[in-house]
Amino acid sequence: MTSPHSSHDAPRQSFLRKYVFSLDHKVIGLQYLDLSLVAVTTGMILSWLMRMHLGWPTKAIPGLGAVAPEATGGIITPEYYLSLMTMHGTIMVFFVLTTAPFAGLGNFILQLQIGAEDMAFPRFNMMSFWVTFVAFLVLLAAFFVPEGPPLSGWTAYAPLSAVGKDAGPGQGWGQTLWVISIAIFCIAQLLGSLNFIATTLDLRTKGMSLARMPFSTWAWFITSVIGLIAFSVLLPACILLLLDRVAGTSFFVPSGLVISDRLQPHAGGSPLLWQHLFWFFGHPEVYIAILPGFGIISHILPAVTRKPLLGPRVVIACMIAIAFLSYTVWGHHMFMSGMNPLSATVFSVPTLIITIPAAIMTLLWIGTLYGARMRFTTAALFCLGFISVFVSGGISGFFLAQPAIDSYLHGTYFVVGHFHFVMGVASMFGIFAGTYFWFPKMFGRMMNETLGKWHFILTFVGVYCIFMPMHYLGLAGNVRRYSAFTVDYMKGSVPLHRFITVAALFTGAVQLIFFYNLFRSRFRGQIAPTNPWEASSLEWTTSSPPPHDNFGGQHPVVYHGPNEYGVAGKDGDYIMQNSPESEPASESAA
Amino acid sequence: MGRHEGAIVGKIFAILVTIITIISTAIFISRVWWLPPDISQLGAGIDHQMNETMVSSGVLFVLAQLVLAFFVWRFADNNDQRKIKIFPGGATPMVVVAIILVGAEILALTLVGSRVWASIYVTKSDPNSFTIDVQAEQFAYYFRYPGPDGKFGALHPDLIDESSGNYFGLDPANDTTARDDIVSASLVIPVNRPILLQLHAKDVSHAFYIPELRIQQDFVPGLVIPVHFTATRTAKSEIVCTQLCGLGHYNMRAYLEVMTDVDFKKWLNDQSAQ
Amino acid sequence: MNSLSLESRPEPARTGVWVGIAAISMSFAAYTSALIVRQGANPDWVHFRLPPILFLNTLVVLASSVTLYVAPVGRPRESQLAELPAVRARREINWLYVTLGLGLLFLLGQVIAWRDLSSQGFTLASSPSSSFFYLLTAAHGLHLLGGLGGLLYVAHRVARSSESQALRAYRAASLYWHFMAALWVYIFVLLAVRI
Repeated sequence: MTSPHSSHDAPRQSFLRKYVFSLDHKVIGLQYLDLSLVAVTTGMILSWLMRMHLGWPTKAIPGLGAVAPEATGGIITPEYYLSLMTMHGTIMVFFVLTTAPFAGLGNFILQLQIGAEDMAFPRFNMMSFWVTFVAFLVLLAAFFVPEGPPLSGWTAYAPLSAVGKDAGPGQGWGQTLWVISIAIFCIAQLLGSLNFIATTLDLRTKGMSLARMPFSTWAWFITSVIGLIAFSVLLPACILLLLDRVAGTSFFVPSGLVISDRLQPHAGGSPLLWQHLFWFFGHPEVYIAILPGFGIISHILPAVTRKPLLGPRVVIACMIAIAFLSYTVWGHHMFMSGMNPLSATVFSVPTLIITIPAAIMTLLWIGTLYGARMRFTTAALFCLGFISVFVSGGISGFFLAQPAIDSYLHGTYFVVGHFHFVMGVASMFGIFAGTYFWFPKMFGRMMNETLGKWHFILTFVGVYCIFMPMHYLGLAGNVRRYSAFTVDYMKGSVPLHRFITVAALFTGAVQLIFFYNLFRSRFRGQIAPTNPWEASSLEWTTSSPPPHDNFGGQHPVVYHGPNEYGVAGKDGDYIMQNSPESEPASESAA
Repeated sequence: MGRHEGAIVGKIFAILVTIITIISTAIFISRVWWLPPDISQLGAGIDHQMNETMVSSGVLFVLAQLVLAFFVWRFADNNDQRKIKIFPGGATPMVVVAIILVGAEILALTLVGSRVWASIYVTKSDPNSFTIDVQAEQFAYYFRYPGPDGKFGALHPDLIDESSGNYFGLDPANDTTARDDIVSASLVIPVNRPILLQLHAKDVSHAFYIPELRIQQDFVPGLVIPVHFTATRTAKSEIVCTQLCGLGHYNMRAYLEVMTDVDFKKWLNDQSAQ
Repeated sequence: MNSLSLESRPEPARTGVWVGIAAISMSFAAYTSALIVRQGANPDWVHFRLPPILFLNTLVVLASSVTLYVAPVGRPRESQLAELPAVRARREINWLYVTLGLGLLFLLGQVIAWRDLSSQGFTLASSPSSSFFYLLTAAHGLHLLGGLGGLLYVAHRVARSSESQALRAYRAASLYWHFMAALWVYIFVLLAVRI
């Protein structure tokens, strides 16, 4: 453990130290973001393959046969479909939704917002990135093992995931690599969360009290606390699963199972134990993905509405309440699992209660728009889009939170639509908003706003075309995780599936605009002014990109909260957090 | 980027949100995709609960989206000189509205909903229920009826032999109760009679989903899970698996046949005779 | 850096260890609940006598905690900070190495306990109780190895760096080490009660 280095002029460093094994949180943040860019592209291609197969199961997908021997002649087999689904879920949840908004954006921005020079433990920070990278490689390796990639879903329910090759394709090395990858990922996240917590607690600059921390910093801080607890439970769960797989223990595998005509050697384990441990992590994980989004939206909204966020303390209290409640609701994933039906009622109550802080926050965001002087930057649009999809996804949660209705909708596309809206799309919109907003800070150049707006509008329409129809499918009893709909009553759903497929291909293609904008602006974008959005927080008080030690040897002193918009300050209608002026109207202190 | 361009995009956003809200809601209301007709005694409770939730959360959905769209439309006037306004009353009305609206909804749904849930999953089955033993395996269901003696033979996993048709691992040589057990690939039940299913899995987790009966339940290896229901009219429908169980998951299904009492007795006799 | 103002400064290393303690406690809570659930799930739980050497190991790890505590650097006072660095360095290293030695001895003792148990036929996979025995002791041992690394780092700091840096490292590492001792006592009691 080293304390942050205090030299403010960047020492001459070797290429490796500067770009690969860098200790600079900004480089590490970008490494995380680049990793998640690779991951999200991979995950999206996987979803394309799945969608094409669901729409036209018998049509060969050009070129697929050459890349994936499991898909003979480019036609996806049922087991390969499940592998694609498993890998899509795992990559998206762990390497995109956890990595990008929290580890990536958080790493770059948090220290700037609290006026710190770097993380509390820069070496740990570097390690957590490279450990994440290794976890990603291990997961990808599962594509290329003899028995095929794992197919038991991102939830890896035992005993399917625990008994090995007998359970069919993908349950050999593929599943083992999956468990190892997730265990490694847990270690990386634990190191990362620890670092975020210590940094936020100990390295805030003078005057940056907790009450003056920007909302995004609050969100990352709360996220790291959730992550610390959640991943501390997933890690032991993965170790137990790994031991069941390779060491012949029986934590999750009960006696008397006959799989592939072979009586399994295990005895006495409990499959529900895995589900409890997994969902104790799994539900908070949803909030690990979405909470940074809450923070980013709350941070950007005041800057684009030119007025203070409504109820700033309430928003923070809501985030804390959600974090706390997220640990009391995991059983709602298990209403149909065979656990005591009475506990379903018990878990249903906090699940419904958690919608209260979420609803309060949503209303406060919408209320902030009232009387605003809107600046419709791309970041602003993604914030608005976030509110819309968060409402849509949140409201379908009312259905699933009730065991009586979940008994019909559980395991259908209704669930797929719900969690994609609320966890996938909403989080993704948070990431987009953050990227468009902080891109100038990262590279000193602006992203192209016209392309950004096209990107937003087309994506916004696209995601509704993809995920809203899934709710209809679910109401009609269309079961998820099926590679083809051969069951009689589901055959009628195929046309709607084709519509979704077309929408998914379209929405995916729209992301090319974003990629183009991202890469072009990195090198050719307009040079960014110091504070392009006229925002009040500390990250806009230093140059873009910031120097090695963030503030060029200065230690900013903070006098104001992050929410002082719509007042007469010396730079306009807002007051910078480090502005020494005491009265909002004063024109003094330069 | 000009302020003007921004204001237009804002208005486009407001229009899009409105259109999306109207179309989505219209499709929900039209019931083009909806639950199949209910054939179970307790299904009405679930359908009622579903409708309640659909209406109340539908109202919240439409309200929230339209207010969002309206505010964006209303304040997208690109007038940078206009004074900002704070929502009347600040954060308090928002907090109060959220707590009252959502709280009332939660109370209503929990009170009614948990009764419905309890009637299906918590309440014990009728003591006169007709009991059927269900085994799920990769990738089929087998249903076992106790036969004329009314007793199920004991299960011996080590005796399971698919090739000879001993799916359950029965031991008819030593176990007299097992000799008359009837094993069927489809679930045949009499109408208007309480049915108790005993679910157990042979290999991995599976599930049992009959949309028409509004029933879904996981099979958990190592556990025997009871499910009870009463079918109210004769029908033929499908039972499908909703818990990921391996490559054949999508194709794992069986038929449910609800027969009149007379037909059912005849069917049972035919099966015993075989 | 002024070592006198140390008390008032935030110490990220110590904060980090506290956060780490929270995470490790959480994962052992997860192991504990898994143990309780698994024991209740099926009647195949086998009770066996814990290897007697565990009592000795417990004493060793507690002793190591004491030797680390009595290292003078553990009770920083203004007067002590003013002591001659060379003298202090030597004393610290002595106590540190005693602690390190005890830590290694503890791990050796755990290995002996494993051999004892496996010679009685209790292996990792033979019964759920022995699975948890190996799992908990191994998980604790790995974390304790990390603590040994921390102590080595302190020794390195004492030899190379300024007083205050060494003191910070010491305070963080010793906090972790005491937690490791406490964690072992918890595991030992858990195993004694359940197995």
